[in-house]
Amino acid sequence: MLNAAIWPSLDYSRVPYRLYHDPEVYQREQERIFHGPTWNFLGLEAEMSNPGDFRTTYVGDTPVIVNRDASGTIHALVNRCAHRGAMVRREMSGNAGEHTCIYHQWCYGLDGRLRSIPFRRGIRGKGGLDPSFDMTAHGLRKLRVASVNGALFGTLADDVEPLEDYLGAPVLAQLRRLLGRPVTVLGYNRQRIRANWKLYAENTRDNYHASLLHEFLVTFGLDRSTQVGGVKMDARHRHNITWAEAESDTAELAQEAYGAVRVRCNYLSLKEPELVRFRRERADPLNIAITSVFPSAVFVQISNSLAVRQIRPRGIEEVEIFQTMLGYADDSPDLTLHRLRQANLVGPAGLVSMEDGEAIEIAHRASKPDRDSTTVIELGGAGVISDRDYRVTDVPLRGFWSYYAELLGIEPAGAVR
Amino acid sequence: MIASAAGPAADRFALYDLFAGYGALIDAADFDAWLALFAATCTYHIIPRENYQRGLPAGLVYCDSRGMLEDRIRALREANKYNIHTDRHLIGLPRLIGADSDAKLVEAPFAVYQTDQEGETRLFATGLYRDRIVVEVGGLKFRDKLVLLDTFAVPTLLATPL
Repeated sequence: MLNAAIWPSLDYSRVPYRLYHDPEVYQREQERIFHGPTWNFLGLEAEMSNPGDFRTTYVGDTPVIVNRDASGTIHALVNRCAHRGAMVRREMSGNAGEHTCIYHQWCYGLDGRLRSIPFRRGIRGKGGLDPSFDMTAHGLRKLRVASVNGALFGTLADDVEPLEDYLGAPVLAQLRRLLGRPVTVLGYNRQRIRANWKLYAENTRDNYHASLLHEFLVTFGLDRSTQVGGVKMDARHRHNITWAEAESDTAELAQEAYGAVRVRCNYLSLKEPELVRFRRERADPLNIAITSVFPSAVFVQISNSLAVRQIRPRGIEEVEIFQTMLGYADDSPDLTLHRLRQANLVGPAGLVSMEDGEAIEIAHRASKPDRDSTTVIELGGAGVISDRDYRVTDVPLRGFWSYYAELLGIEPAGAVR
Repeated sequence: MIASAAGPAADRFALYDLFAGYGALIDAADFDAWLALFAATCTYHIIPRENYQRGLPAGLVYCDSRGMLEDRIRALREANKYNIHTDRHLIGLPRLIGADSDAKLVEAPFAVYQTDQEGETRLFATGLYRDRIVVEVGGLKFRDKLVLLDTFAVPTLLATPL
């Protein structure tokens, strides 16, 4: 049974494995989280510059069309024909004046309204739809859409707080920092991981694993837990920013810290050190800024590589990570090349990210048989959930679970938030 | 153009040898010998087909110098952790599609299967090599290797080269 009694502790420092594996959990997540009072990342306005531009995406596992109409307004529509439930728009992106289902050619406008139905009046007075059939009641279901600096979010819920309130000031500031200039899409990458989607959502909030699992970070001197950094959350602790400042530690401190855990920290030299060289682009010194937005978006700056990741659940046992690589529209050719080279760091083949796919698969695999056992989330202490100015912590995972429990209706009485 | 006194048949066999060696050396994890199949100046890119078709430049692996390719292999050996597996490359016959002033342009389709420690095999990737091949001391070498990845929803992760 999925209820508040599944939690062994009130601070979410123990998460029962069943939450990664039970099919009933997945169904309730789709209803209460992805169709619930959350804002879900849809894509970027930069991908839909012209009237008629569309792209297809997902909210949870619900297929969605996002497009710009003739007046310039962006609409998001559930990509499912009102007639027989078929996917209306099959292409990933394109430009069109309407969306027509191939099955029976029901045709919808870019605002989702049902425009036309073939043989609506039948043929020679026979067949077709009854004259009372209400076209206006059979459009594509619309999502509410809001944008932060061109990052589009949609919601299927009727009552949800405004996007800016949902994100909160620290996350809003990060998005405005990352998207403060017009962006351009450098490309996409996708990764299918045989693990529950929440293991990935946790992973992006887990500062502790970064330089231990991703040994490249330390071995080649890109990022170390000894740098000045930490985690910063919104007031509800559902989102998180993992941050670090460039060149803010010393080699001696790093050697001492990593020597004890047998991780090499000897600045092995690369033949092409540009791969890890941070070119400072802003007034602040951040070279790592990973902003996880509940439930399924991650805005990522790692050195000079910039990206948005969308977590797409594909059933209880599989997740797709869909990543959009970004640059700025006014980047010089040299800076674009630098970003393309540093794109080697991230994605399914990323030198500092490939390990995540393996790590969460082995977590998924080994946790499955014993669903009443739990994880341990105590780095940085148990109890209160709060920001930390250090990096050996996984506190933001407890924030994620706290809001998750609230939305699923399984928050125990007296639990921390 | 590359000409050979031994004639077109010998040229073709040399090309076949290059591709056969390419796949076999990755599958044997003999990356030093594999790197030796590349020219002194070379590039190596793995680009998702969806990017290539849209003219988007970002790749999964983007090595625009030999140094970057060597760094990749070094990271694979010394830093990266990945699913324990063996690879099996099945490379189709290379097809000569043209030539420019100093290189042959060659395409070859490929499939890569991965087998895990418990003996389960899955199709990991299919795609197309689109290469510029030059003659250097020691024979034919890859000057520019473009791996167009059909299977751009990468299963789990991509560590060993395609």
